[in-house]
Amino acid sequence: MVATYSDTQQDNLPGAELLSLTGLSLRFRGQINDVVDDVALEVRRGEVLCVVGESGCGKSVTSMALMGLLPADSAQISSGILRIEGEEIDLSSQTLPVSMRGNRVAMIFQEPMTSLNPAFRIGDQIGEAILRHQGGTKPAARARAQDLLQRVGIANPAQRLDEYPHQLSGGMRQRVMIAMALANDPQILIADEPTTALDVTIQAQILDLIRDLRDETGMGTIMITHDLGVVAEIADTVAVMYGGQVVEQGPVAEIFDNPQHPYTIGLMSAMPRLDAPGGRLAIVPGTVPTIANMPEGCRFRTRCAFAAAACVARPALVPVAPDHAVACHFAPLETHVAVLA
Amino acid sequence: MLRFLFRRILIALPTIVIISIFVFLLQKLLPGDPLLVLAGEERDPEVLEFLREKYRLNDPIPVQYFAWITNALQGDLGTSLRTGQPVTELMAEKLPVTIQLAVMSMIFALVIGIPAGILSAVKKGTATDYVANVVALSGLSIPNFWLGIMLILLVSVKWQLLPASGYVPLSEDFGQSIRTMLMPSFVLGTALAATLMRHTRSSMLSVLSADYVRTARAKGLSERVVVLKHALRNALTPIVTLSALLFGELVAGAVLTEQIFTIPGFGKLVVDAVFNRDYAVVQGIVLVTAVGFIFMNLFADAMYFVLNPRLREA
Repeated sequence: MVATYSDTQQDNLPGAELLSLTGLSLRFRGQINDVVDDVALEVRRGEVLCVVGESGCGKSVTSMALMGLLPADSAQISSGILRIEGEEIDLSSQTLPVSMRGNRVAMIFQEPMTSLNPAFRIGDQIGEAILRHQGGTKPAARARAQDLLQRVGIANPAQRLDEYPHQLSGGMRQRVMIAMALANDPQILIADEPTTALDVTIQAQILDLIRDLRDETGMGTIMITHDLGVVAEIADTVAVMYGGQVVEQGPVAEIFDNPQHPYTIGLMSAMPRLDAPGGRLAIVPGTVPTIANMPEGCRFRTRCAFAAAACVARPALVPVAPDHAVACHFAPLETHVAVLA
Repeated sequence: MLRFLFRRILIALPTIVIISIFVFLLQKLLPGDPLLVLAGEERDPEVLEFLREKYRLNDPIPVQYFAWITNALQGDLGTSLRTGQPVTELMAEKLPVTIQLAVMSMIFALVIGIPAGILSAVKKGTATDYVANVVALSGLSIPNFWLGIMLILLVSVKWQLLPASGYVPLSEDFGQSIRTMLMPSFVLGTALAATLMRHTRSSMLSVLSADYVRTARAKGLSERVVVLKHALRNALTPIVTLSALLFGELVAGAVLTEQIFTIPGFGKLVVDAVFNRDYAVVQGIVLVTAVGFIFMNLFADAMYFVLNPRLREA
């Protein structure tokens, strides 16, 4: 479906490019390898992009770099161009301007329990975001905060405004975080594992909420997750990350039905299925090397069943189908498996 | 909140009783007989015996304690063995002096210590941080008496800007009173500022890496609002307790500084009393400061409620 959109469409239509990131590379001070290595992502209007990968694959760091939330003294961004609605930001020398942060680009986090300030009332914390970017009066901000709470499905919003975070459950707090993120009608929502810390039923509610909001507002969403269930639930497009690199990206149906990178294939077969015969789950052998021990070339080659001499060179991300690209020397696999066997 | 405070006061009561017993016994256990001081050179056994009767020093110790504590509860802490003045009167004379000194010192400590702590936390690892830490360490290591003497030499003797010693009551001449207290409170205040700075720094550092600070940044708030509102508000809780305790210490223990600047406050009173083995005065002062200290603690607890909404419904 993604392939049907073309760049000639008008900016406010679904599918128009909203955010693109190209060539993001960064490392933390004292490390010899980049934790994020030449990463490119793209989100279109009304689209949910899921960035998937194991912990430590650089997906959260990428999202923090987008928001300009990495500590400037330890994170060194060597390159990266961020384009938001045509506006270009060179991340190696500047960060997302604070006037856009929480305004056109908003973010929610993995830790709903600790992400709200324990010392301030809910209403004030949401109102603050409104006052910061839209100005206006405190009562107006409060009224808007109440609307937002209502919109994210919180009962008794008027009463909740005056409560403190500790009086709310984890799911409610994540709703408050979402309300806060929506305060200024962002074009882009970055959600960093928003459901990981929540119960399964609450997870589903939060995903439904994000999807509804996407439908209502047409905002683009970048969802960082390690949970393929979440991906299946909500993604339009998927970027699979491994060792700080995007190894495969494409429309969700393509990634699930026709995975081409050995790592993606491993992830898919590690997912339990109801319709498959019982037995042990397939696993990706070994563990992710630490960033200091990342191999040269293809970073997955130490764990890859297909690894060969060619893998010492870094594979480029090449298209195997419309909008579907894979960073593997042997992609598309079908044509090579025979050779390898 | 009232229930919580009530509970804290209930806990404080036995503490005060224990302190009072301890204070009383400590005096009894100390070497040296106050009567020998009082009787002077003569030491006529008859005179001594008369004095013992008069001050009821022959009674059993529990009886003496109950007599003392009953009177103390009625505001009578006895009379000074030395001057014959009631102890409460002596203290009432000195207390305003010491409180003025303590308040002014505290202002110095807070105004220097907290901003310096915030700054060095925010600029962690930079030159600013190192300078602030070196200054703080110097503040902690330079003895008060040395700094006091140096200030007197420089500011009073050489530049003749401020008076070197003495005390003018606030009610008499406000400006002059503040001027005389400026140097001693600076000396006391900087020492405390160093402690406050170190604690503010570590408290801020732990709060600055909190998730809600990241949220505040993600909202697009300016760094100033992030630090001074979202972080500081949460970092302040331990600082408030520390400040209350430091203030209590100031009231109790500005002994050396009061000596150097010849300020007629609590510190001087207690030193003189100890040297003269003036039982009643020492007991009175220690008891009153201990109770004062406990109340400062209660105050700090109450401040927790203002700063930490999570405690309010407990």
